[in-house]
Amino acid sequence: MPQDARSAPEPVAVTLSVNGETHSVEIPPSATLLDVLRERLHLTGSKKGCDQGQCGACTVLIDGRRVNSCLQLAVMNDGREITTIEGIGTPEHLHPLQAAFVTHDAFQCGYCTPGQICSAVGMLDEGHAHGPEEIRELMSGNLCRCGAYTNIVEAIEEVRRAREAPTLKAPTLEAAE
Amino acid sequence: MMNFSYTRATTVGDAIEAVAGDPHARFIAGGTNLVDLMKYDVERPGRLVDITRLPLKDIEDTAEGGLKIGALVPNSDLAYDTRIERDYPLLASAILAGASAQLRNAATTGGNLLQRTRCYYFYDAGVPCNKREPGSGCPAKTGVNRIHAILGASDSCIATHPSDMCVALAALGATVHVEGPDGARTISFEDFHRLPGDSPEKDNTLAHGEMVTAVELPAPRFGKKHTYLKLRDRLSYAFALVSVAAAVELDGDVVGEARIALGGVAHKPWRVPEAEALLKGKLPSSSAFEEAADRLLKGAAGHGENDFKIELARRAVVRALFQAAAGTPQVQSSKIVN
Repeated sequence: MPQDARSAPEPVAVTLSVNGETHSVEIPPSATLLDVLRERLHLTGSKKGCDQGQCGACTVLIDGRRVNSCLQLAVMNDGREITTIEGIGTPEHLHPLQAAFVTHDAFQCGYCTPGQICSAVGMLDEGHAHGPEEIRELMSGNLCRCGAYTNIVEAIEEVRRAREAPTLKAPTLEAAE
Repeated sequence: MMNFSYTRATTVGDAIEAVAGDPHARFIAGGTNLVDLMKYDVERPGRLVDITRLPLKDIEDTAEGGLKIGALVPNSDLAYDTRIERDYPLLASAILAGASAQLRNAATTGGNLLQRTRCYYFYDAGVPCNKREPGSGCPAKTGVNRIHAILGASDSCIATHPSDMCVALAALGATVHVEGPDGARTISFEDFHRLPGDSPEKDNTLAHGEMVTAVELPAPRFGKKHTYLKLRDRLSYAFALVSVAAAVELDGDVVGEARIALGGVAHKPWRVPEAEALLKGKLPSSSAFEEAADRLLKGAAGHGENDFKIELARRAVVRALFQAAAGTPQVQSSKIVN
């Protein structure tokens, strides 16, 4: 096949905006966003689980929308605003979802957690989840091999209710301790 | 993944010219299936032409009272569009029955039509597959074929088309707008995808270099009398073993017009107008729905592990027609079957 004999194309220059910082990298067109985030920008919060779009561990937000970064070519995201788990909260200032995952014990090994949280951030912004049943359906793209689903749904539901009724206390780090 | 060269198109014409002039070039938009297949070495494009920045992202009203959906409208935006939710709830429901929220955010309308089969053998570059390597054989016929076709298959290929959205589009009688090096044309939905025959490597009737630019819906009908019933091995985020898009228009107590399309059973969404015509003038009843189901499934044949699909499809059609006629469509976030 002639296409097998082709030489590798030259790397291309791409500007990625990740968590508010601009990064200029030279990458092969075949590099996925997940690999560039982890291997070039050393943002290893986004996890490589299946690398096929089936597990959701690599979930990030692109222009505010949750997507599987393993199925995104980095070159196609030149100029887009990318948010990873590193841009969601910090150990000193947890995002309410992060605090809720702690208080509800919503993980065991933690490998799926960054993807779960990025996905939940995206889902709550989408505004189509109105209770546990819809949370389960709309989070079905995030697998948890430890089986923490019950607590994951409870954590997300608590934050969802707090957002709907601001008088309810949103989860905080203090609550986690 | 094989390396490839990359260009970003700024106009539809440039994109078509770039792909039409290079037999190894492909369009890329959402990439949710193409990138996956490239990782498996099933797709090996020499060049990708990125069409994601083309102005094909609007949903416009048509003069006929329908909607024209730009090829780059993401699946999620389409499903939650207020006009789609109000006037084409069958389409919204089918989209939300498919994939995951992340994939629906990335996947496009045009790309959904062009996704390829999830046949295990097609995905495994280490084994023969007539769809991947014409003439190499079809291990699925005597292999693991639980998910495979029961209708319209050939000696060459028993793969199914995996889309949920397309099953609804078939039932609704959509039209596909395409542009290519020889100009623009429209293709009726039933003629867009094809049966495998002797050339299963061709999923559809597009020529190389032709791009889907829009999908057009006719003026809305059927109101709430529709359903998308999807049966699968787990409750969410799995391809259909059998799915049914059904819509019914009642004329008094009897059926005026009915539409039934099946997913997960053939190389394309399966629709048989004669089966729909059998319902005309009939009271909604088990016997009428079973008769239509039997006509729809006429000639169905299993390959061993998927024999169960024939009876499953028959029962699903009857259940779906009852749901549609009663105006109690299947809710996709609740898996309770009404």
